Amino acid sequence: MTQAQLFVTCLGENFFTPVLKDMVRLLERLGVQCELPEGQTCCGQPLYNSGFISQTMEPARQWLRVFGRTQGYIVAPSGSCADFVRHRYPELFPEGTREHAQAVETAARTYELTEFLARVLKVQDVGATFPRKVTYHAACHILRGLGLRQEPKQLLQAVRGLELIPLPEEETCCGFGGIFSVVYPEVSRAIMENKVRNIQASGAQVVVVSEPGCLMNIAGGLAQVGSPVRAMHLIQILASGGGAD
Amino acid sequence: MSETRFSSREIVRIDFRSNVQHVPPHMPPSVQKATTKFLGTRASVVDLVGDEQWQTLRQAGHDLRLHTITHLDYYLEMLEENVTKAGGHVHWARDAEEARRIVLEIARGGSRNVKRAVKAKSMATEEIGLNHFLIDAGIQTLETDLGEFIIQLAGVGPSHIIVPAVHLTKEGIAALFREKLGVDAPTDPIQLAAIARAKLREEFLAADMGISGANFLVAETGTLVIVSNEGNGRMCTTLPPLHVAVVGIDKVVPDMESLNVLLKLLPRSATGQKMSAYTSFITGPRRTDAENGPQEFHLILLDNGRTRILQDEIARETLLCIRCGVCLNVCPVYNNVGGHAYGWAYSGPIGAILVPQLLGTEVAGDLPFASSLCGACAEYCPVKIPIPEILLRLRHRVVEGDPVGGPSASPLLRVAAEVGGRTLGQPWLYELGTQLLKVIQIPLRKDGWLPNLPPPLNRWTMSRPMPAFGADFRDWWRDRTPEGRQHNVARKIGLGALVVGLITLAAWLLARKKSR
Repeated sequence: MTQAQLFVTCLGENFFTPVLKDMVRLLERLGVQCELPEGQTCCGQPLYNSGFISQTMEPARQWLRVFGRTQGYIVAPSGSCADFVRHRYPELFPEGTREHAQAVETAARTYELTEFLARVLKVQDVGATFPRKVTYHAACHILRGLGLRQEPKQLLQAVRGLELIPLPEEETCCGFGGIFSVVYPEVSRAIMENKVRNIQASGAQVVVVSEPGCLMNIAGGLAQVGSPVRAMHLIQILASGGGAD
Repeated sequence: MSETRFSSREIVRIDFRSNVQHVPPHMPPSVQKATTKFLGTRASVVDLVGDEQWQTLRQAGHDLRLHTITHLDYYLEMLEENVTKAGGHVHWARDAEEARRIVLEIARGGSRNVKRAVKAKSMATEEIGLNHFLIDAGIQTLETDLGEFIIQLAGVGPSHIIVPAVHLTKEGIAALFREKLGVDAPTDPIQLAAIARAKLREEFLAADMGISGANFLVAETGTLVIVSNEGNGRMCTTLPPLHVAVVGIDKVVPDMESLNVLLKLLPRSATGQKMSAYTSFITGPRRTDAENGPQEFHLILLDNGRTRILQDEIARETLLCIRCGVCLNVCPVYNNVGGHAYGWAYSGPIGAILVPQLLGTEVAGDLPFASSLCGACAEYCPVKIPIPEILLRLRHRVVEGDPVGGPSASPLLRVAAEVGGRTLGQPWLYELGTQLLKVIQIPLRKDGWLPNLPPPLNRWTMSRPMPAFGADFRDWWRDRTPEGRQHNVARKIGLGALVVGLITLAAWLLARKKSR
C-alpha cells in the first residue's frame, strides 16, 4: 500500500485545517495510507528567503529529524515548501555529512500534492464532483519551481460538473512572495489587486489556488473587495463529491 | 530622480519602499502598455523559432557567455590586440571616475578641443554619469536616441534598459517639448519624433565627438557591435571625426560565431524583432580619407566592480546579461513601480541583482528584496541567468555583509529571525505557539478574518485581511484513534491550565504596576 507522510506545512496547519482534512480524505479515498509524523514545524523557507541562512538550520534539522525516520512518500499541500525541501535542503548541509545524505534521501521522496497525484499515483480522475465555474491561478513555485503547468488543470478537467474557464494572466504572480508581501506591502498589494481584477473578469465562481501563502493573499484580496468569488485549494475541489464509487 | 544620482560621487542608500510610494499613478499603465506589447511580439517571434530550438539557443547563449566571462582576461587581451590592429585605441578604466576622466582627456587631448558631443544610447555611460560630468566640463553633450533625448530634457534617468522613456505618455512628452524646446508640439508620436529629428540632424553635423556604448565586442576581430532601431547610433559613430565608446568588460564575445547566437537571442527577447533595424559592425576608424567614418576611434573598457562580481561562482552569472530587458517586461514588480523606483541606472530584476553587486548591499540592499521570487525573469532570460537564485544570494549578503561593506539588515529583523529560528527548531514551543495564537487573536477576530493587526503585521492587513489562526488539524487527526483522543484530552487540560496561568500572571503584573 502506498504510504504518504503528511507534511502539513506551517501555513497549512495554522490557516487551512479544512484543506488538510480534505487532503487526508482524498488520499485515503485513493487508497493511500496517511501518517502524520509528530514534531513537524516549518521547513525554514521564510528565514532562508529573508537571507538568514544560519537561522534556517534549526528548523531544517528539525524537519529532517521528523521526516528522516519515516518511510514512503512525503506529501505537502504546498509547492513552495516541497520545492524548498527538494532543491534547497541538499545544499544546506555539507556533502559527506549524515544530514546531507538524509536531505538528499528525503528530497527525493517529497512531493507537492498535485505532483503526487499526477506523477506518483498517475491519476487524473479522482472521482470528484464539483458543479461550478472554476478558474485556475498558476502559483509560481508549483509552475516554475516544480514544473507543473498542465497537471493541475488536467485534474480539474476530470472533475464532474466542473467548467474550467481560463484566467487572464494565469501565470503572473499574485504578489505574495513570502517576506516580500510585508517588506513592500504597497507593491504586493498592487500585484494582488491586478490578480483579483483578472479573477473577477474571468467570470468564475471559484478560483483554485494550490499554494497556502498565495491562497491567503488571494482569498484576502477577494474578501477585501467583497467579491462573491471563492478562493479554494485544489485539494478541496478534488475531495468534494464523495468519490466515484 | 535627477541624473546626478547616477554619478558615483553622490550615491545615497536606495530606499525602494519610499521610492515606490512616490510612483505617479499614470506610470504603471504606461509601463504595462509597452511591456505587454514587447512580450506579445516576443511570443510570436519565439513561436516561429519553435520552443525546442529556442531552448537550445538559450542554452548555447548561456554556455558561451559563461565561458567568456570565466576566461575574460584571455578574450579582453585578444580584443585589445585586434582593436589596436584595426587602428583603434584601447583604454582601461577601473571605475566610473577613471572612465569619465579618460573621456575628458580624449576630448581635450591633442588638437581636438571638443565642444559638442552627440551620444548614442548606452547603459554604461548612464552607469558612470557621463553626461553631467561632460556638461560640467563645458562640453555640450546631447543624447540622440529618442527615448534618451526625452529623458535628458526631463532631467531624469532611464526607466527601462531599452526604452528609457517608457514611463512617459505622449501627452507628457508633448508638454515637455513645449516647455524645454519652445516648440508647438502636438501629442502625435510621429510629429514628436519629427521635431526631435530636426533638432538632432543639426547636432550630428556640428558635433566634434560621438560617444557610444556597445552591445557586443568581438574579440576575434576587434569589432564593436551596436544593435539599434533609430539610426542615431550610426550617425554618432560615423559623422563626427572622433568616436569614443564606453563599454563594460562583460560585453566581450569570442568570435563571430558566438555573436551569431547572441544576435538571434537579443532582438527577439528585447523588442520581439527577428533583427533590429540597424546592426552596426565597427572595426577601428576609417582606413583612408576616402572612406566615411571617424578619423579616430577610442574604446574605453570599463570594470567598475565587474571583476569583483566575477569572484562569486553563482552571482557572477549576472555578467551573462545581454541587456535585452525582457526580465523587466515580465516582472510583476517592475510593471507596477517602473524603473525609477530602483534608484539607479539599471532597474527591474537585472537591476535588483546587478546594482547591489556594483554598489554594495549597504547602498542597494533594498533591491534584492524587491522581488516575489516568482521566477518569471529566469524563465524568459535569453541567457538563462538564475536571477532568483542570485537574489537569494544577495539577500544573504544583506544579513552577512559583502565585499564592499558590512551587514545592513535591521537589528529588529535579526532578533525576529533569531527567535523564529529557535522557535521553529523546538516542536513543543511551536505547537504551543500555534495554540496560543488562536487564543490571543480572539479580540481581533471578525468573521473568520483578522482585518487589522498591530505592527509589524499591519503590513499584511493594510492590504488585505489575514485568515484567522486555526491550528486544529492535529487534534482532528488524533481524535481518529482512541489513544489519540486520550492524548488530546490531556493536552487540552494542560493547555487550558497554561492559558489560565498566563492570564492570571498578566493580571497580577498589571495590578502590581497600577498599585505602584
